[in-house]
Amino acid sequence: MATVAVQTAERENYLNTEYGIRSWLLTTDHKRIALLYLLAITFFFFIGGFFALIIRLELLTPAGDLVQADTYNKMFTMHGQVMVFFFLIPAVPAVLGNFLIPIMIGAKDLAFPRINLFSWYLLMVGGVLMMYTILTGGVDTGWTFYTPLSTAFLNTHVVTAALAIFIAGFSSILTGLNFIVTVHRMRAPGMTWSRLPLFVWANYATSIIQVLGTPVLAISLMLVALDRVFHFGFFDPQRGGDPLLFQHLFWFYSHPAVYIMILPGMGVVSEIVTCFARKRIFGYKFMALALIAIAVLGFLVWAHHMFVAGISLYAGLAFSLLSYFVAVPSAIKVFNWTATMYKGSISYATPMLYAFGFIGLFTMGGLTGLFLAALGIDVHVTDTYFIIAHFHYIMVGGMVMAYLGGMHFWWPKISGRMYPEGWGKLAAMIIFVGFNLTFFPQFVLGYLGMPRRYWQYKPEFQVLNVLSTAGSTILAVGYLLPMAYFLWSMRYGKPAPDNPWNAAGLEWTTPSPPPTFNFEETPKVTWEAYNYDQIKEAPVE
Amino acid sequence: MFETFPLWPQRASSMAGNVDALFIFLLALCGFMCIAIFIMILVFAARYRRTKGREAEQIEGSNALELTWTGVPLLIFLGIFVWGAVIYFMERTPPDDSAEIYTVAKQWMWKFQHLEGQREINELHVPVGRDVKMIMTSQDVIHSFYVPAFRIKQDVLPGRYTVTWFRATKAGTYHLFCAEYCGTAHSGMIGEVVVMEPAQYEQWLSGGPAAPLAETGKQLFMSLGCSTCHRFDTQGRGPNLVGIYGKPAELEDGRTVIADDNYIRESILNPHAKIVAGFKPIMPVFQGLVSEEQLNALLAYIKSLSQPPQGTAGTRNTPSTSPSGQQQMIQVQ
Repeated sequence: MATVAVQTAERENYLNTEYGIRSWLLTTDHKRIALLYLLAITFFFFIGGFFALIIRLELLTPAGDLVQADTYNKMFTMHGQVMVFFFLIPAVPAVLGNFLIPIMIGAKDLAFPRINLFSWYLLMVGGVLMMYTILTGGVDTGWTFYTPLSTAFLNTHVVTAALAIFIAGFSSILTGLNFIVTVHRMRAPGMTWSRLPLFVWANYATSIIQVLGTPVLAISLMLVALDRVFHFGFFDPQRGGDPLLFQHLFWFYSHPAVYIMILPGMGVVSEIVTCFARKRIFGYKFMALALIAIAVLGFLVWAHHMFVAGISLYAGLAFSLLSYFVAVPSAIKVFNWTATMYKGSISYATPMLYAFGFIGLFTMGGLTGLFLAALGIDVHVTDTYFIIAHFHYIMVGGMVMAYLGGMHFWWPKISGRMYPEGWGKLAAMIIFVGFNLTFFPQFVLGYLGMPRRYWQYKPEFQVLNVLSTAGSTILAVGYLLPMAYFLWSMRYGKPAPDNPWNAAGLEWTTPSPPPTFNFEETPKVTWEAYNYDQIKEAPVE
Repeated sequence: MFETFPLWPQRASSMAGNVDALFIFLLALCGFMCIAIFIMILVFAARYRRTKGREAEQIEGSNALELTWTGVPLLIFLGIFVWGAVIYFMERTPPDDSAEIYTVAKQWMWKFQHLEGQREINELHVPVGRDVKMIMTSQDVIHSFYVPAFRIKQDVLPGRYTVTWFRATKAGTYHLFCAEYCGTAHSGMIGEVVVMEPAQYEQWLSGGPAAPLAETGKQLFMSLGCSTCHRFDTQGRGPNLVGIYGKPAELEDGRTVIADDNYIRESILNPHAKIVAGFKPIMPVFQGLVSEEQLNALLAYIKSLSQPPQGTAGTRNTPSTSPSGQQQMIQVQ
């Protein structure tokens, strides 16, 4: 990173202001910390992706022939744990949010810069423990840690894995706290709540979930560890415990965690769609309210993961109904993004291709959620590949698309360099095709009845599994491409202008890359968000 | 081709059609919505692509539109909820006169006990056209009883009974899967449900030499010493168990519980949890002393006590379990 800074050293900015490993590891600059997160989560993304490839290769044939059953179980467990806790949850908030939120609201930094650095170290401690777990034999509980399997029946590294996630959780809590205080206290003059970019609203809503939900995850993992090490028996029916109690605690966090993983992506897409359609966002207030509504309602639907788990009939009815309520604000968002494009001036730049992809795939992920919330159907398809396909459409089709879209959109600001546009478009399309080929067949597999987490399966499921595996190799190529050309662009990319997209938003009024304290003087905001009527249109490509 | 590459699961229970109907409705509805949104995006992207000399037209939003696309989806969602809930209600409510089959799941096999005495592992024989209620528990971790062709799934938990039911509609052999991850050989915890025509099923039933499950339970009831206190008169130190099944029981602390499967289970394993009013907590704890299969036999025996004494052996799915039969017993008592 330091060598890159030399290349871009025309004027002083956050990259070239200081050099050396110390200046990075002890930095309190939110932009440098964002890059620290970027390095870490990119590493974890490829670790998690490697596990996914092993899973897909094993499933090429019905027999369990590539790896042992126990190895396979470890692969899907660690794929889930690494991707959820060490990639998806930190991805947009800790990288893009960290970098952008202070700049977007006209602040010099987050409210607690040193806590921000501490949060990164917490994620690193968790990450190192996770790597230790992986390298010393792994863990095979499933990412969900269901009891009593995890507490009494496995002899893998359950406690260290739980501890790793426990510690990483505090990173998430502190980041959320930091964002909430920053948005409340650090907005520049004139930056009212109704002028905040939706990206800030989205991260604010996410932060609320992180602060309120993550402690419950910490509690449930702590109970698993206590049960396992000291045999307290919280979840052991022989000693009066209840295995379902764990599922309630776990999903009380882990369902809202789904929204931790998708809301920031929604924020990214709102920024991209407005910029590349040159439009005010359609229905700003409804878009902001929908984000908050999802965050709040998201806390009331956890037991829809448990319709066949042994909860009462009436609990099932209540949680199904509430799940339909949380679907409404998601629908509002899709309609508003679409309406924003109406009569716009639409460019097909790479970030916009990702935004198209996001809207399409998130719509499919959301609509298949309607199937799952329907009790009668859920009984048949829960714990099958239908679920796997559904949540990958939300998390990979939605969140990873949004994350990559955002990375392309703000890369000029972050690195001071342009990425190669042609390669960008190619990668976006490869990812879209590879994604659909990987996960669409899994919907069919699920309705046919193929259970998830199966090392070997019935021969009639093979054709669809082969398709899925073929798709996953295409997807892998699609993910390696941006990695390669982003690195390439740091040295060889064209220097980026301050506002390459002629985009609205304070982050585009600062130099690329920004100086350490973001602005020469604190900006005064006199305009509404997405004032594309006042900004000169980007040149036709 | 479709035998090796099916795109739709087999349909072999009375519930499958209901689930498929809603699924197809949702496919049509969501497919339509999906295509509508894709077309809008594609049309907007093509029609309003950036060209020289044309600028975007700024539109603030529209409250009328927002309310429309909040309200209309909500109403549709409520409709889907009700439809899904009706099916769930049927799935969760076994008919009163269902035949009962006891199931014990363990890492990594399925064990079945028929009331007639047959015992099976990873294979379940059932007749066409009869309602069958699965009373299930696990010896170790959580498993899940899943028969895709029946569209039913129910987690099987340690320490309690969970229930599901089905009425098979087509003879044949169908997959039985464990759907809840349960450790190393999770994907090997599979079996077959063999659905037979009633006549063949009768033949299959008569093939086994085994004693009826309730009879096994009766012998256990004697050998474990239950019968010394749980006498069939009012003189026992424990409650008389005739006719108690499915009835409310008044407890020492004033609460009332229904004496269902889970209550009887708890009262055997951990009798001091809920003491029936008027009795002392003197029963020994049987936790760890009886296996799940033995518990099932005891349960089957105690349930059979609700019926006329001669009916204990081998009755299956006869109307004698109806409330009127139980009332008669209470009068006798």
